[in-house]
Amino acid sequence: MTVLFGQLFTGISIGAVLLLIALGLALTFGQMNVINMAHGEFIMAGAYTTYVLQQSITSAGLSLVVALPVAFVVAGTMGVLLEILLIRRLYARPLDTLLVTWGVSLMLQQLARDVFGSPNVQTRAPDLLTGNVALPGGLTIANNRLFILALALAAVAALTLALRLTPLGRRIRAVVQNRDLAAVSGIPTARIDRTTFFLGSGLAGLAGVALTLLGPIGPTMGTNLIIDAFLVVVVGGIGQLKGSVIVAFALGVLQATGEYLTTLSVAKVIVFVAIVAFLQWRPQGLFTLRTRSLA
Amino acid sequence: MSLLWSRRILAGAMTVVAAAALSACGSKTSDEGGAAGVTADVSGDTVKVGLLNSLSGTMAISEVTVRDSIMLAVEEINAAGGVLGKKIQPVGEDGASDWPTFAEKAEKLISEDRVAAVFGCWTSASRKAVKPVFEKNKALLFYPVQYEGLEQSPYIFYTGATTNQQIVPGLDYLKAQGVKSVYLVGSDYVFPRTANKIIKAYAAANGMTVAGEDYAPLGSTEFGTIVNKVKSSGAAAVFNTLNGDSNVAFFKEYKSAGLTAAAMPVVSVSIAEEEVKGIGTQYLQGQLTAWNYYQTTPGAANSKFVAAYKAKYGADKPTSDPMEAAYVSVYLWKAMVTKAGAFDVEKVRTASDGITFDAPEGLVTVDGKTQHIAKTARIGKIGADGLITEVWNSGKPVAPDPFLKTYPWASGLS
Repeated sequence: MTVLFGQLFTGISIGAVLLLIALGLALTFGQMNVINMAHGEFIMAGAYTTYVLQQSITSAGLSLVVALPVAFVVAGTMGVLLEILLIRRLYARPLDTLLVTWGVSLMLQQLARDVFGSPNVQTRAPDLLTGNVALPGGLTIANNRLFILALALAAVAALTLALRLTPLGRRIRAVVQNRDLAAVSGIPTARIDRTTFFLGSGLAGLAGVALTLLGPIGPTMGTNLIIDAFLVVVVGGIGQLKGSVIVAFALGVLQATGEYLTTLSVAKVIVFVAIVAFLQWRPQGLFTLRTRSLA
Repeated sequence: MSLLWSRRILAGAMTVVAAAALSACGSKTSDEGGAAGVTADVSGDTVKVGLLNSLSGTMAISEVTVRDSIMLAVEEINAAGGVLGKKIQPVGEDGASDWPTFAEKAEKLISEDRVAAVFGCWTSASRKAVKPVFEKNKALLFYPVQYEGLEQSPYIFYTGATTNQQIVPGLDYLKAQGVKSVYLVGSDYVFPRTANKIIKAYAAANGMTVAGEDYAPLGSTEFGTIVNKVKSSGAAAVFNTLNGDSNVAFFKEYKSAGLTAAAMPVVSVSIAEEEVKGIGTQYLQGQLTAWNYYQTTPGAANSKFVAAYKAKYGADKPTSDPMEAAYVSVYLWKAMVTKAGAFDVEKVRTASDGITFDAPEGLVTVDGKTQHIAKTARIGKIGADGLITEVWNSGKPVAPDPFLKTYPWASGLS
């Protein structure tokens, strides 16, 4: 029983990681339809930001807290630069965007390798986050996993509220639903695109900070995450956040359960088979955005 | 732009990425060409050697350091006059953590650059991928990393430990500590699978139980479930054969699950000083490793090696077992060539038996029959400063026994 609950929590926390890495993509890919293969490298930028900050801020706890907003801005700025310099020119050419951003991804990896070296770097986690909460029955819940879960949920809540309630959110939704109509209504679509890209990339930076608590911090860390992130958004359905949220947790629990009953490799196969089967049934993903647009 | 269109493109891109990842599992078969070996080009006043390591991809974390120490040995030998009066000219190639790429680059080094010997490879999968290339061309590979044994190619010199110089001493140490059950965690490829087969045979013959066995794909960084399984298994220790980035995620998860070196020690065979730096001592302090060399190993040869390495690459750079084995391999090749009086592969092989070298790890001796080397086994404990200090050693160099012929319990293997 203890193991069962432990596994359920593991599944949820895998889901939280998936959600965090996919959330930014749900904006840039889901809302703007840009296939940004460099999204993983924005996550990497967030992780390295934590590392750099820790060189000057010695308190592990403080540096982590400072890293969250700084990484958001660093990755967001990188995203805006990418949007202004390349993606903006390629909105009508999705295939080119894909290849170009893949190239950017490789360049950013090499840049990280040149600046920080090929080997992984380490960050210290605050003591509070390396421990765990002991529950009755010998069940323990890792603090870093709780932190990531809380961060993911907070990010989803903030993003949902921003999209629903703020004027900026309304404009973003308007551009997503019907770009031309939004433009004739006086919404500066180019500026909205840039802002959306800033937010999406910034969220990737946030994910990078969180991942320093769990995994390696190195030049290739982004590539390992990018497929999972796209899977979540595609299965969740484009243009909606709730699809990504549900799918992230569903895939997390499926992965953890499959892994417990079989092995990690087989669990991955189970997850992929489930996704293929699901997309046969609902090729548009879990939720779709209903619009009157003809596009 | 329609949603469907961009989704279709994405699907295509994902297929490409997935195919690139999958191709790592395949291996290039290169049996074209005749049996005639390509002879090395030694006509000028230099002799070329090939350096084949992953400078990119998931294995770069480890293999870059090996490349650095090979370069150090090459420079030292050149400064001392070279080999048979010829300066060594290194030709570097990037294996990119991709096994078919290793085979391709090996072929290129042998056939196009016509090198006299190649130094490199890390994972057993990459060694298995290049083995047929070296055997077909009758060219020499010096392989500097501990591995799973059960192999003996006439065209490979194995300068890292084979199982009876690393894994078996590691198990002996655990047994002496009173450990009765172990949990096996490894990356999913040939080294951990074979190593665990050996560990299971050892356990069966020595009254130990194997509480569980789990594998993670290379590069995998999600260890929640595996650590849960380890924790609920009640094992007394973990034998860890994970490689690369996975170790980082595994140890972070291990600590946050509340598992400690005191309660359930982890013996690792792929974590050396360089990897400790990339994981963090916070997560590793007190855990055990099994190797033949540590930066802290005493002796004049080691002091000289550590000082030279730090002078060249930076004071914060640690030295580790595979780096040392790679460094030594260049000197061993030089000694073999000098004894043979020629760069000719067959003559070098014949000359290899009994070559000794006062290595940083202590005296090593080449065994011409197995083409492995005799080396001292050492168990170490990871300290707060990131260095590993020895807690046990075998006292004298252990003769290599890649097929474990001298161990009765291993008779069912290979």
